[in-house]
Amino acid sequence: MDQIIVQILNGLDKGSAYALIALGLTLIFGTLGVVNFAHGALFMLGAFCAVILSKILNISREVLVEGETDFLGNPLMRDVPVVYDWFGEAAGAAIIDWNVPLAILFSIPIMIGVGFAMERGLIKHFYKRPHADQILVTFGLAIVLAEVIKYFFGANPIQTPAPAAFTGSLDFGVWLGFDPLTIMYPYWRLVYFFFSALIIAGVFAFLQFTTFGMVVRAGMADRETVQMLGIDIDKRFTFMFGLAAAVAGLAGVMYAPIVAPNYHMGMDFLVLSFVVVVVGGMGSLPGAVAAGFLLGILESFASMPVVVDILPGINQIIIYLVAIIILLTRPRGLMGRKGVMED
Amino acid sequence: MTDQTNPSVTTAAPSPRPRAASGGFLGLTKRDSTLMLIVFALVVLAPFILNPFPEGSAMAQFNAGYPDLMQRFVIFGIFAIGFNILFGLTGYLSFGHAAFLGVGSYAAIWSMKLVTLNVIPGILFAIVVAGLFSLVVGFVSLRRSGIYFSILTLAFAQMMFAMAYSVLTPITGGETGLQIKNTDTPLFGGPTDGSIGRANLFGAEMGNSYELALGNWLFTFNLGYYIAAVFMLIAFYLSIRVFRSPFGMMLRAVKSNQQRMNYTGLTPKRYTLWAFIISGMYAGLAGGLMVAMDTQVGPERMFWTASGEVVIMTILGGAGTLMGPILGAGFIKYMENIISKINKDILHEWFAFMPDGLEDVMVSLVYPFIGKGWHLTLGIMFMLVVIFLPGGLVEGGQRIAAKFRRNKTAGDN
Repeated sequence: MDQIIVQILNGLDKGSAYALIALGLTLIFGTLGVVNFAHGALFMLGAFCAVILSKILNISREVLVEGETDFLGNPLMRDVPVVYDWFGEAAGAAIIDWNVPLAILFSIPIMIGVGFAMERGLIKHFYKRPHADQILVTFGLAIVLAEVIKYFFGANPIQTPAPAAFTGSLDFGVWLGFDPLTIMYPYWRLVYFFFSALIIAGVFAFLQFTTFGMVVRAGMADRETVQMLGIDIDKRFTFMFGLAAAVAGLAGVMYAPIVAPNYHMGMDFLVLSFVVVVVGGMGSLPGAVAAGFLLGILESFASMPVVVDILPGINQIIIYLVAIIILLTRPRGLMGRKGVMED
Repeated sequence: MTDQTNPSVTTAAPSPRPRAASGGFLGLTKRDSTLMLIVFALVVLAPFILNPFPEGSAMAQFNAGYPDLMQRFVIFGIFAIGFNILFGLTGYLSFGHAAFLGVGSYAAIWSMKLVTLNVIPGILFAIVVAGLFSLVVGFVSLRRSGIYFSILTLAFAQMMFAMAYSVLTPITGGETGLQIKNTDTPLFGGPTDGSIGRANLFGAEMGNSYELALGNWLFTFNLGYYIAAVFMLIAFYLSIRVFRSPFGMMLRAVKSNQQRMNYTGLTPKRYTLWAFIISGMYAGLAGGLMVAMDTQVGPERMFWTASGEVVIMTILGGAGTLMGPILGAGFIKYMENIISKINKDILHEWFAFMPDGLEDVMVSLVYPFIGKGWHLTLGIMFMLVVIFLPGGLVEGGQRIAAKFRRNKTAGDN
């Protein structure tokens, strides 16, 4: 029993990341009808927003320490981050410690800007071209973005720790009446899960309860009619692209403490999140979220030692296997709408 | 056929004229014979053409005429030619073709480990095994089209990669891959003195080279390269025949309108499946040749980025054209092996004629795009080609040629 709970919990945080990326992909596909292979790169850019912010916060100036010398007898110089001067030492240290949560605020405008620039500068010209062309050009863009990041930040992963308050693990089993130390769950992964749940809920609420969201949903269902009613749906769809980019970016920011950001992390996630989208059903938002969590949990169950003993290697291929079966038996995916990309 | 940008399509319009009267050979039209002859000459003379700079000169680093790289040119040329038969003609974008290359490689190395160190059986075995795998994968994946087809092929390829990497370690050697060892005892003609066997063709080793020094130039003629080149010429010839055949017409019909094909009473899937198998066998041939040239395999050969690379090659050169894939493969392999070696010092040498400040500015402007950053240039070029030149470099060349011709006729008037 406790093993099962452990696996579900392990699946949740990976599933949250899949769900967030797949949600963004589906938003773009459902509104603009574009297959965006550069979405993984947006996730990666988000993670690097956290890195950039930590670099900015750690900008230091050298200060002479009175009365001390280094081992050569010269006056001792010490690096003091500039934020210490602005906010005082205690507050400055706290700001640097809380770099990742702060990066959320930092990344939202950046990612929306990147999304706008991408849509207006590139994707706009590909609405009328075949899906294969869209895949190819965004694939090229993903390579370019990854290489730009590699140029500035190097090829090695950059550790970006979570705030000190969230290091360590939660003894989750005690709450459910198990012995202590049977079910341990890192705090930050819990935070990640709740954070993504919040974002997903926010996106759905935005689409469901605001006029803007209603118009967007109407546009997704029948673009032409909405245009005939005199609504500039393109402008709203552009905004949705920015929103999708921000969702991917936020997923990346919060993922930075879990996996140290490197320039190809986007590509690693991209393949899996595409599989998630297709399993959930192209263009279906609930499908993307459900499939994300489902595949994340399935993957962690498949890596249980018991399962791996019976079917060796199943943990490596389970997601692809499920995708193949679903694609062949349910052409629309789990929750796909009728008539959307059924061929 | 209204697609005027693509001359290979327009010339392929079936005409009732008898082949023999068209002035070509081997059943090719005159135009195709010329193309074939050009490729033949380029491939045979490659050791000269790719080594234009004398040894020891500053430009010698741009020489690509060493056996290892020339082999790679033709092997990836084969891979891209095969991919083009599927993607260029039918428009089905497979993101998993590297898997067949990997399967072919594993098949070839097992043939060398167990049966004989002669490369021919190994290569044939690689083609057959890759063909069987592509039959299965193609049969399942081709039930869907568009993005779903891409995802299905990607999923199959990633599954094969993951299994080669982990579970199938007894067969694939896992992460370390497979090499020919001195403990291997092939049935026919293995080394008897306990040394590590080498791939050969009826006794002649792949690594055999003849070096010709002419003045300051040094040209290397490598047996392995010429064997691979023979295979590439055959592969190229077959691809011309496929492009010009009724079968090729059917594949183009799949691309332009499947529904109409269905209404006419034809089964598109039969043709696309054959195209998939043929391109899978080309990939297997490429994989077998890779093992013949360098007797080792690792699973990273099957990773999806390797599949992405062949997609980029084909499109950069020109999907749906005959020469495009070869050009694309050559271009990318040249960048990967030559351009990537340029470092900051070399750049400083190049711009040494400039004033110091300007020199540093130029170096810092150019450096991100070459040397280790060559992927960036490749990505940008690839995007530009997809956006502006759907016919790839071949179309670009044709446009330039057409412009010159127009200028000339305007001048004559």
